[in-house]
Amino acid sequence: MLIIKNLHANVEGKEILKGINLEVKAGEIHAIMGPNGSGKSTLANVLAGNKGYEVTEGEIWFEGKNLLELEPEERAREGVFLAFQYPIEIPGVSNATFLKTAINEKRKHIGLPELTPKEFLDLMKEKSKILGMDDSLISRSVNVGFSGGEKKRNEIFQLLMLNPKLAILDETDSGLDIDALKIVANGVNVFHNDENAVIVVTHYQRLLNYIVPDYVHVLSKGKIVKSGGKELALELEEKGYDWITSDELESQNA
Amino acid sequence: MNQNLSEKAKDWYLQNIDILSKRLNGSSKNLLSELREKSKKKFLELDFPNRKNEEWRFTDVTPILKHNFIPSILIDKTKFTPEEIKKYLFTGFDFYLITFVNGIFEEDLSELKNLPNGLIVGSLNKILKDKPELIHDNIDKFSSEQNIFNALNSIYAYDGFVIIADKNVVLDKPIQILFLNGNNENEVLVSPKNLIIANNNSQLSVIINYKGFGNKNYFMNSTVDVFIGESALIDYYKIQDENDDSFHIEKIDTVQNAKSIFTQFNISFGGSLVRNDINSKLAGEFTETHYYGLYLAQDNQHVSNYTFIDHAKPNCMSNELYKGILDDNSHGVFNGKIFVRPGAQKTNAYQQNKAILLSKNAKINTKPQLEIFADDVKCTHGAAVGHLDEEAEFYIRSRGVPQELAKSILIRAFAYDVIESMKIEELKEQINHIIFEKLHQVEFQNNLY
Repeated sequence: MLIIKNLHANVEGKEILKGINLEVKAGEIHAIMGPNGSGKSTLANVLAGNKGYEVTEGEIWFEGKNLLELEPEERAREGVFLAFQYPIEIPGVSNATFLKTAINEKRKHIGLPELTPKEFLDLMKEKSKILGMDDSLISRSVNVGFSGGEKKRNEIFQLLMLNPKLAILDETDSGLDIDALKIVANGVNVFHNDENAVIVVTHYQRLLNYIVPDYVHVLSKGKIVKSGGKELALELEEKGYDWITSDELESQNA
Repeated sequence: MNQNLSEKAKDWYLQNIDILSKRLNGSSKNLLSELREKSKKKFLELDFPNRKNEEWRFTDVTPILKHNFIPSILIDKTKFTPEEIKKYLFTGFDFYLITFVNGIFEEDLSELKNLPNGLIVGSLNKILKDKPELIHDNIDKFSSEQNIFNALNSIYAYDGFVIIADKNVVLDKPIQILFLNGNNENEVLVSPKNLIIANNNSQLSVIINYKGFGNKNYFMNSTVDVFIGESALIDYYKIQDENDDSFHIEKIDTVQNAKSIFTQFNISFGGSLVRNDINSKLAGEFTETHYYGLYLAQDNQHVSNYTFIDHAKPNCMSNELYKGILDDNSHGVFNGKIFVRPGAQKTNAYQQNKAILLSKNAKINTKPQLEIFADDVKCTHGAAVGHLDEEAEFYIRSRGVPQELAKSILIRAFAYDVIESMKIEELKEQINHIIFEKLHQVEFQNNLY
């Protein structure tokens, strides 16, 4: 589904990603872990097409398409979704209107008619129930006055509504208490099936107790320095990141 | 600006006074003819302002002076049918309607039947003939003072709207005042003098709707004087959306007595030069004043808003929020003065001005002016100028929304807190609609179905 080859990217002229290689297949869950500043969020933003990040080298292929040639909205319509670390507030635009606009843009793109009001309402009810969302959150302006937890939950609500092929979760666990974490994780698990894939970007192993990854990759200084199964996350939780990043440096230096 | 241009323009308008006086020869002397004589003297003393004048530093009036505008009373009337003016109105709610074409009252285009007892809505010219005593004390309180444009207004003042609410009158629906300006043959000077008197405990809602027609340039030079009695309440909507090449200068003076509440929306969309001078004097204790402004300019348009809130008494609150959207080569000016007089303790005054520039060539000058002569007051002000937030645009696009629509969503979000404060629900979407139409942006509506 997703193939990343030798990806290099700059932020404000500084190289943050220094040759990322990664392949994600349908049905898989990948966790990208790493210390602060390792490039995790950069990778997530580059995949979604944030213009603030400049790709200097490498390729990204998504379902056979060259992702780097596509605008953010085109990527979204092809099935890429990024759950933001810091979701944006949009005063005066209700969650419902925003989602209806987004869904219908996607449907237009794939040649489907707009959802009828009833179809849309039913879909909203079904998905908001999964996340235990209050109806008032749906009619309120996008993220305006939401708590940190409500914003993250709203990102997952958007994920469920838009039902992409690839979901990238950028530090979705940060700022969540354990109950909210479980609800959010449950939302992702309901979304996940054999035909889609999830990339979980996180600093901590905590979320991975509830969203169980098939693969864990450790990112350090812009490169994947170690990959493994879900046990790797537990090992990181226990030992921290130092042992990997220093090991890796030593082996590079050797 | 060279002195010559000012002199030439003055000559032109003085010469027309004689024509006007001859034309009105038959009419007996009245308040307006007295005012005309007085204002003529003032007009002779003053010059049209140039950029050296602090209050006009950012507003270049030379484009206005290059035209020889003919006072509308001296030209043939343009006729409209009630059907034809419908497209100029704000609709979807009930309202009383009073219409002025080039500043002159049109009875056939007005709907003033069944006004509540104790409410007068009508034409200045008519009231001067029928019951001048009603407005005798208020007609010349402010409007001929201050600057040459106001003197010019008084010289050519012939008509305008008058609203008088007796005490305790509560209006059941808003009054929409349509100013339809323009012409196909002549370049017209429109010079209405307008008056609102809300006596104690009365409540009014007015929508003053400025629209343009025809292919000739025109100059709308207007004044509005507003008197608000004790515990009276006025919601005042000024919505200006005139021809792209027109000129619009207006001074609005308000006096608020104790415990009154004045809420004003000042929405500017059109015109090559728009200048608003908006002054409120808080002359009684425990008043509230809310100023909301939204201005949108594109191409080479210029929009200036000069606001002045005079806290003359203690325990008053004023809150001001102005927002500007500037595109292309347009230029916006916001000058917000708050004056707290000695003894006006426990004053609360807030001011905020925000602008977004949609192009590299758009420009804004913004100047808060706080002059505080009391020591127990709370005054804050803030100004912010920026571009549309790229991170926010990315967020919206990342959900599959095209870039143009994402921009529309952000513009709507920017204007939201001003528009949402309006109390007439049906106006909100119509104002949003004008924003998108003006910016040639895809419309983004918030209603679900």
